[in-house]
Amino acid sequence: MEIKEYLKPKSIEEAYEALLSNINNKIIGGGAWIKISLKKVDTLISLDDLKLNYIKEENDFFEIGSMTPLRDLEINKGLNDLAGGIISKAIGNIMGVSIRNIATIGGSVMGKFAFSDLLGVLMVLDAELIFYNSGVISVEDFINMPKIPKDILLSIRLKKQTAKGYFKKVATTHLDFSILNLAIVYNERFKIAIGSRPNIAVLAKRTEEYLNGFKKLDEANLDEVVKISLEEVKLGDNSRGSKEYRELLMKTYLKRGIREVIK
Amino acid sequence: MKIDLTINKQKRTFLVEPNEYLLDVLRRYDYHSVRRGCDNTSCGVCTVLLDGKPVPSCSVLAIRCENRDITTVEGIEKEAEKLAHYFGELGADQCGYCNPSMALTVYALKRENKNAGDEDIKSYLVGNLCRCTGYVAQHEAIKRYLGDES
Amino acid sequence: MKVVNNKTKSIDGLGIMKGRKAYTDDYAEKDSLIVKVLRSPHPFARIVSIDDSVARNLEGIEMVLTHKDFKRIPFTRAGQGYPEPSPHDKFVLDEYVRYIGDEVLAVVGINETVVEKALGLIKVEYEVLEPVLDFENAKDNEILIHPEEEIHEMFDIGFKPKRNIAASYGMEIGDVKKTLESCDYVIKETFYTQAQAHVMLEPHTVNARMDYQNRIIIYSATQTPFHVRRIISQGLEIPLSKIRVIKPRVGGGFGGKQAIHGEMLVAYVTYKTGKSAKMIYTRKEVFESSYSRHPMRLEMTLGADKNGVLKAINCEALSDTGAYGEHALTVFMVTGSKVLPLYNKVEAVRFVGDIVYTNHTPAGAFRGYGAIQGNFALESAVDILCQKMNVNPIDFRKKNMMKEKETSPIFEIMGEGTAGTAMIMESCKLDECVDKGMDLIGWKEKYPRVETKDKIKSVGMAIAMQGSGIPYIDMGSATIKLNDDGFYNLMVGATEIGQGSDTVLTQIAAEELMTEVEKVVIYSSDTDLTPFDVGAYASSTTYVSGNAVLKAAKELKNQMIIEAARILSIDVERVNFDGKEFWDEESDKMISLVDLSNQITYSHEQKQLQVTSSYVGHKSPPPFMAGFVEIEIDKETFEIDILHYVSVVDCGTTINPMLAKGQVDGAIVQGLGMAHFEDVKYAKNGKLITNDLLNYKIPTRLDIKKLTTVFVDSYEESGPFGAKSVGEIGIDTPPAALANAVFNALGVRITSLPITSEKIFREIRR
Repeated sequence: MEIKEYLKPKSIEEAYEALLSNINNKIIGGGAWIKISLKKVDTLISLDDLKLNYIKEENDFFEIGSMTPLRDLEINKGLNDLAGGIISKAIGNIMGVSIRNIATIGGSVMGKFAFSDLLGVLMVLDAELIFYNSGVISVEDFINMPKIPKDILLSIRLKKQTAKGYFKKVATTHLDFSILNLAIVYNERFKIAIGSRPNIAVLAKRTEEYLNGFKKLDEANLDEVVKISLEEVKLGDNSRGSKEYRELLMKTYLKRGIREVIK
Repeated sequence: MKIDLTINKQKRTFLVEPNEYLLDVLRRYDYHSVRRGCDNTSCGVCTVLLDGKPVPSCSVLAIRCENRDITTVEGIEKEAEKLAHYFGELGADQCGYCNPSMALTVYALKRENKNAGDEDIKSYLVGNLCRCTGYVAQHEAIKRYLGDES
Repeated sequence: MKVVNNKTKSIDGLGIMKGRKAYTDDYAEKDSLIVKVLRSPHPFARIVSIDDSVARNLEGIEMVLTHKDFKRIPFTRAGQGYPEPSPHDKFVLDEYVRYIGDEVLAVVGINETVVEKALGLIKVEYEVLEPVLDFENAKDNEILIHPEEEIHEMFDIGFKPKRNIAASYGMEIGDVKKTLESCDYVIKETFYTQAQAHVMLEPHTVNARMDYQNRIIIYSATQTPFHVRRIISQGLEIPLSKIRVIKPRVGGGFGGKQAIHGEMLVAYVTYKTGKSAKMIYTRKEVFESSYSRHPMRLEMTLGADKNGVLKAINCEALSDTGAYGEHALTVFMVTGSKVLPLYNKVEAVRFVGDIVYTNHTPAGAFRGYGAIQGNFALESAVDILCQKMNVNPIDFRKKNMMKEKETSPIFEIMGEGTAGTAMIMESCKLDECVDKGMDLIGWKEKYPRVETKDKIKSVGMAIAMQGSGIPYIDMGSATIKLNDDGFYNLMVGATEIGQGSDTVLTQIAAEELMTEVEKVVIYSSDTDLTPFDVGAYASSTTYVSGNAVLKAAKELKNQMIIEAARILSIDVERVNFDGKEFWDEESDKMISLVDLSNQITYSHEQKQLQVTSSYVGHKSPPPFMAGFVEIEIDKETFEIDILHYVSVVDCGTTINPMLAKGQVDGAIVQGLGMAHFEDVKYAKNGKLITNDLLNYKIPTRLDIKKLTTVFVDSYEESGPFGAKSVGEIGIDTPPAALANAVFNALGVRITSLPITSEKIFREIRR
């Protein structure tokens, strides 16, 4: 990797200006994946001095600074009460502790990694991303944007809610990326995300809608749920698994997850 | 570029390039206990403590360690001796290439969670791969080390 | 026995844990030139031209090496006995590149940055050739991977490069066809095994410098320092006497370091420039550009009569050695010779096949060395046969397997690269291994399966054997020296690579000299200072090198007793020795070892007592084991949880029971890796997709739930203190045991490795 210069701005304005000034200037988050994702950089911009490493608990939301390491989220008491500790469950299975000590929530979002276990969880939690220039963007809209915006992610906001949560990652070993991951939050209404399909996580909206139409669910409904989800969620092949096997995983864990959250 | 940092409680100034990783710099400055394994965060062999927390030095830019606190196994000699004692007792020694990184990681675990159970230990150390031992003897040794209050 | 078969800590654990300088790169000179290789992006191509004009003139670049810089001397990188049973089919650099990752050229410069930069500035024009990627279509393919004329075999190994055959082998005892025709039950199945990666945590590492006598000193993370010295001398035409190879602490080998990797280029650079140089493989290079296990296709036919007697085994195999033929023949032969004798009561047995070249990363030595492939096929096939016959697979095995004092005619016919050595199993407690293993896994309650709501638990098993060195070929030697103050130096060419051989050999010396481990200081290995040893491979160190140490210790003891007799003025026969003191019962004359050693060092009839002894095995007594696995399978997704692995091992005396257990535990997990976790994927163009640890997955500590490893009482008369080998035996059973457990759970037979949930799903859907 080539880095011509390293800049540690003292203010967000300075960082933002540096980012816009040259197309080959990049921001470094935790840096866990820069070896893989960056080849040539003119100025590497560090946010280390911008006090973006924090988890604030307000009355009705959590605000997490974009430079907060994943490990801090994983072991945060307040966040662990959110939707059955779904965040901790998802993060706790990402690589090893030492990587989670450097990888940041901001880097995990801005990287838009297809294998991400976290993006789906942020989607089912209706996370909002707060950017320096673009303001507030929902994580879902952010994922659907064709290009990653040239902007600085300042923080992530998560509404507090009393909900049940389910997270499942299927992988070959405990250090591997997911063959498929699945996140469900249930709070009167369902939110369901499927990730590592192998494409980036998506919400299963028609499936959610169908589920939300029932007061009480039975097994026959679950078969219909599986049918709808298979129609709407596009699955595919990669070296970790085939489309067909992913279908089997989605079917199985969707049912199991729904059964668990409505218990 | 010059960076000041503290390593094993000693203040040092290192000369680094912006694209240099901590692992390469530490080895260049003769911290041989920090070893190269996989190049991309997957094996745990290059682990050092950065401000007390285990990190993969292969993927931390050295320049980001300015004014920060680094610990290699030389900085926790007494703890390493204790762990070595239990490794010996349980027959957990094999090639040993990963042992210094193991010592640093279990030391960090001990400070975070003294009462770690079997699954806690395995989860905390899952990123520290070992191809030699099959993990079993290591696990027992680590348990005894964590229970050692001396 | 006081030291052997007792709890002894590793002699080096403390210093290693404290991070003391120990491994190859720790000894690299600070100003070493950096050597890096430009690697082929094509599976097969001819280098038309290289434009390195810009790179060569970059400040800090010392040289660019291409095939034009080297004399065309074919050699093999395999670290094996000489003459090697591997074809001499490799040049330091060649005009042709034969796999993605093969060496195109090397750049040498003062630091990584400038070398990387230079690599980016070199333009290579290739004539891209069509590759052979399917090993089942390699033989007699019109595309020739090795058309060059200079390459050759050292003796007849069936080397036919014009047919893409690196080696071939065939043997038949009895008449397999006829015997099969007479059988009441015959089954035939084809099995496939994958190109497993070693994943030793220390990558391939080498550095070199010239000393003041103008000799080249090479530090290498190798399993075979003496073979490295010989191969370098041959390949670069440097006199053997000018080369010293030092093997420091090695961070794991598993066979992957039983070959040379960067040694040739680094040695060339240092010899040519007089400057220190070094090379460390990136993890990607370790995966793509060193070695893997030989992938194989094994067609196994078994025949039995209605009384449950196994009558015939026919194994037709095909092995993929990749672009170069290191260990091609010998790995293949072990697939037969250390697997098929397990069932020694057969009337007829046949083992035949070819080892072919393809345009993939070469295969080489890897713990198990062919036996794991053969064991997967044979031990799966035995369960298939039992299913067909409707007999209990354990009863069947107990009836047909090898027992103590028996033999197999295969031992005499098949060696490694040559004919073998007849031998009787003086120690074989395989029956006990099976019985004990059944108890420990709870076979009777769990076989074949126990169902719960979402899951099925099941058990499966396999038996295995290995060897202990290569008879009449592998030589180990040891030098023991008595020092003043009564302590000893033990110098061995045997190669500690993390398996604990320094500790085990120290224990053997200490036991024989009746002293403590602390009084024996071991040094391994250094071609200048330690006596010859073939190195760490073929499960030979404890048995072969251990016997050499034992012989040397005995001889030194005799010499010490002669000195004591002289000092005490008594007959040699009257000298008693207990490790600390020499005395005469009758006259009460006595001298301590400390006084004796001080006297002969400093004051009277001074001399250095030192003995060198060598040992060559006259047989290769196999260790045996029974492996049992308990798994839990998800009924819907077929995800597999490996709950428990039981290993009951007969390796003779365990010199160090804890380290022996560590060898088995580690091998079991590596075998489980091959059985279930370690998938090897290639892109269509032959590029290895699983070329780093993000994509190639070895078992983690969370994936291993429980291992139970025990040893049965066994004593091998020919081994040091009754020991046989234990380094490889553990890796053989997991693939077949898991395949059998999956069958016992679901009734589906997976015949290719690894056994993944997705494969089970596909098989069930079919």
